[in-house]
Amino acid sequence: MNKDLLIYLTITCIKIFIVFGVIQFMIISMIWFERKIMAHMQVRLGPMRVGPHGLLQPIADGIKLLFKEDIIPEKANKFLFVLAPVMTLVPALITFAVIPFGDKIKIFGYSIDLVITDINVGFLYIFAVSSLGVYGVVMAGWASNNKYSLLGGIRSSAQMISYELTLGLSLIGVVMLTGSLSLVDIVNAQAKIWNIILQPIGFFIYVTSAFAEVNRTPFDLPEAESELVAGYHTEYSSMKFAMFFMAEYANMITVSAIAVTFFLGGWQGPFLPPVVWFMLKLSGCLFFFIWVRSTYPRLRYDQLMHFGWKFLLPLSLFNILITGLVMVIKG
Amino acid sequence: MANVSIMTFNILSILPILTLAGFGMIVLLVDILSSRKLGEKNLLAYLSLMGIIVAAILARNSTGTTLFSFNESFAIDNYSLFFNFIFLLSTGLVILISHSYIKREEINHGEYYALILFSTIGMMLMASGADLLNIYIGLEVMSISIYILTGFKRSKLISNEASLKYFLLGAFATGFLLYGISLVYGSTGAINLKQIAGFIADKGSISNPLLLMGMALIIIGLGFKVASVPFHAWVPDVYEGAPTTITAFMSVGPKAAAFAAFLRILMTAFGATHYEWQKIIYILALLTMTVGNVVAIAQTNVKRMLAYSSIAHAGYLLIALVAANDMGMSSVLFYILAYTFMNIGALAIVIIVSQKGDEFIQIHDFAGLGFKHPGLAVAMSLFMLSMAGIPPTAGFVGKFYIFSAAIKSGYIGLAVIGVINSVISVFYYLRIMVIMYMKEPTRDFNPLTLSPLIVVAIVLSVIGTLHLGIFPSKIMEIAQQSILILK
Amino acid sequence: MEAYIFYIMAAVSVTAAVYLIFEKNPVYSALYLILTLVSIAALYILLEAQFIAAVQIIVYAGAIMVLFLFVIMLLSLNIKEELKDAIPFQKIPALFMGILLFSVLCIILKSKFVQGKQGEYTSAYVASVGNTKLIGNLLFTDYLLPFEITSILLFVAAIGAIMLAKRKL
Repeated sequence: MNKDLLIYLTITCIKIFIVFGVIQFMIISMIWFERKIMAHMQVRLGPMRVGPHGLLQPIADGIKLLFKEDIIPEKANKFLFVLAPVMTLVPALITFAVIPFGDKIKIFGYSIDLVITDINVGFLYIFAVSSLGVYGVVMAGWASNNKYSLLGGIRSSAQMISYELTLGLSLIGVVMLTGSLSLVDIVNAQAKIWNIILQPIGFFIYVTSAFAEVNRTPFDLPEAESELVAGYHTEYSSMKFAMFFMAEYANMITVSAIAVTFFLGGWQGPFLPPVVWFMLKLSGCLFFFIWVRSTYPRLRYDQLMHFGWKFLLPLSLFNILITGLVMVIKG
Repeated sequence: MANVSIMTFNILSILPILTLAGFGMIVLLVDILSSRKLGEKNLLAYLSLMGIIVAAILARNSTGTTLFSFNESFAIDNYSLFFNFIFLLSTGLVILISHSYIKREEINHGEYYALILFSTIGMMLMASGADLLNIYIGLEVMSISIYILTGFKRSKLISNEASLKYFLLGAFATGFLLYGISLVYGSTGAINLKQIAGFIADKGSISNPLLLMGMALIIIGLGFKVASVPFHAWVPDVYEGAPTTITAFMSVGPKAAAFAAFLRILMTAFGATHYEWQKIIYILALLTMTVGNVVAIAQTNVKRMLAYSSIAHAGYLLIALVAANDMGMSSVLFYILAYTFMNIGALAIVIIVSQKGDEFIQIHDFAGLGFKHPGLAVAMSLFMLSMAGIPPTAGFVGKFYIFSAAIKSGYIGLAVIGVINSVISVFYYLRIMVIMYMKEPTRDFNPLTLSPLIVVAIVLSVIGTLHLGIFPSKIMEIAQQSILILK
Repeated sequence: MEAYIFYIMAAVSVTAAVYLIFEKNPVYSALYLILTLVSIAALYILLEAQFIAAVQIIVYAGAIMVLFLFVIMLLSLNIKEELKDAIPFQKIPALFMGILLFSVLCIILKSKFVQGKQGEYTSAYVASVGNTKLIGNLLFTDYLLPFEITSILLFVAAIGAIMLAKRKL
């Protein structure tokens, strides 16, 4: 094994560890932020007891979940029941492999791209991986052998398929403008002007579909507690439940990072270092998620389907058409 | 063969296809926008007929030219033209006989006509496809439309069953075809028929088992579509379960399209390996006509009987393929045209005589038709005589050409078996005539499912059958010119 | 290295395909099919066909198979009910034909291959232009007609789905 390859492998491993660690940290802090922000929006205080302003609350929650009994229902399908939370969490995490979080930097004479890997089909990679995410939910719903879980799983699969379509189509406009599927190229192309200005409709469609993809309010029908107890994770407890919980936040971070990369200029920005810009924009997006959650009620199931197929899908096709027309006219 | 030109993007060359697609969509739109009552959909039939006539006129414009467009994957020549006219003719006749039938069966939806038009697009693409990819896509467009049309009587179990059976087996056969195409592509590096032929001429084929296996799989895939034995198991159930108009449609159009592709692939691409495929087709032809004819004798349901007779006719056509000479190829074209007239005509009469829900389609339900409705009985007798191959009808001339082609190529045994089969077939075709004229009527035939359009279709079929039978030379001449391109 | 990955993925896909057939529980069958599809996608990546690999996962594993599972779960098929073999005597001829086909394949594999003509798109060329771009170019130039006719195919399929499945027309 030659030296260059060794260095390359080492750097990649370090990058993977850092990105993974940061995401884990963000997930934990997100839990605290969500509770606090929602509380303040509803004129409450939120967690206050554990640590100053409840800062240690997520750790307390984690310890609680860790020490709970890990129940596998007797009639459940053991293998799939255990596999399901993993299948939910892993796709959410590995999407980060292609997201650029900073410009090139030089350390000890080596030029390092601040992206784990830049592949020329990055866009497709994201969708390939995220389309596998639905299996975790579906498997959890089926393996639990519980009718609420099953309903949650079925709802989830229908919803995710419907909105994955518009999610993909909303980004086609950006890809058309850039002429590349590589996420690094897409960020570089936004040095002068962000895509949100060029693709406002695309951004709107993306954000809406992203909410549905990650099963967040107002699209959280798979776990609608008023109808389905807790949907697909009704039977889960302890760390398996924690994994679903983490997957939800990891998914939120992923789709926010994609939004930042495709529409909000990625790490581009004046004065501050690129990584800081990336984190700032990411935090803004995440705040938006929480904001929406405390603002909107849940949709009814038929409304969800009608909205997706009869409004968002035509709109996203229209957006592609307009983008193409303008590009042809401008040459 | 006047002017050979090579163009890449020639929209004009696909103008008939575009016309049909356009009219298909117009039919759908008019259906949505017009009143929802079932009775007021006459307009749709006329619109579809108009689309077919316009497409035929546009196709006629390119008579005599030979032109390859779209990167030489789409051929406009006399051969594809001849087949395109067969497709348009059969589609036109089917729309004529459909009008009153789909009203009677309460399946009068606009999608019916649209799907028939789309299916015709697929057939035209198959006849014009000069590379395997186009032929495959054409086959899929054609088949999927027909799977749906087969299940069009949504409330009838038998129709659903037929649709599902046809779909599953059809998908399986398409798998064979696609596997064959991929093997041929893998071993020659080309999907264009001429390039494949060039490769075989260059390197030879005997030492290339992958190529031969690919060819065999393609023959299986297309053999399914032409309903040859042993790939025929779907035919009787599907023909019986489908709406009778669709039975007429799929016994002619897809069969013709599959033969068009068959001939073009075997002659153009695998012309050099004809010793190999002739053996396979020989066996197929033998089995197909014998099984078709023998089993047809035992049928009591007219639609099932015509299904087996359709298998038998595919067998005769395969004889011409085995012969693989000029006469054989042109007789395939001629015979398919003749079969179009006689088969659609016969099923049109079955439609008229049967009642709502496809009741009364047993053979003995025809008893006494000759006394009550002599016109219908005469027409039916003519079609039956033609199918049996008795002069002066189209069927006789077609069979005559096919058998003489086989003898010319030295396949005397096959020709003799073909003649014996024809004799067997006379039994069950004449049985219908006997029942019509010699038995007392057991039921009241009214109300007949009549409309001006279906009468026009029957008159056209009768004229066609007689004209091809009495003056075959003109059409045969055109057919002979059409196949020149294949070599 | 590549050869090892190939053998591993090929073994996984074939094993999963075998399990797919012999598994009695339809949900497991569907999951094995997903495994087969994903491992075939990995084989595509080894062939430097990243676009096809991604599309394979997005379309088959991500969309079609989810619908498969969806339907299987909605029907909640009874696992315990053994499927009866309608034609029991077909096993022997099937076995015989299988052995025959296998030996034919072996003969073919042992025979000398005649090489097809070398394509113009070498992997170096594909890498320089970009996989997706090249496919896009080909689809809109050389293979424009089949590509466009595919739209009619999809249209027909959509009509069919509505015609056959919609409860009230």
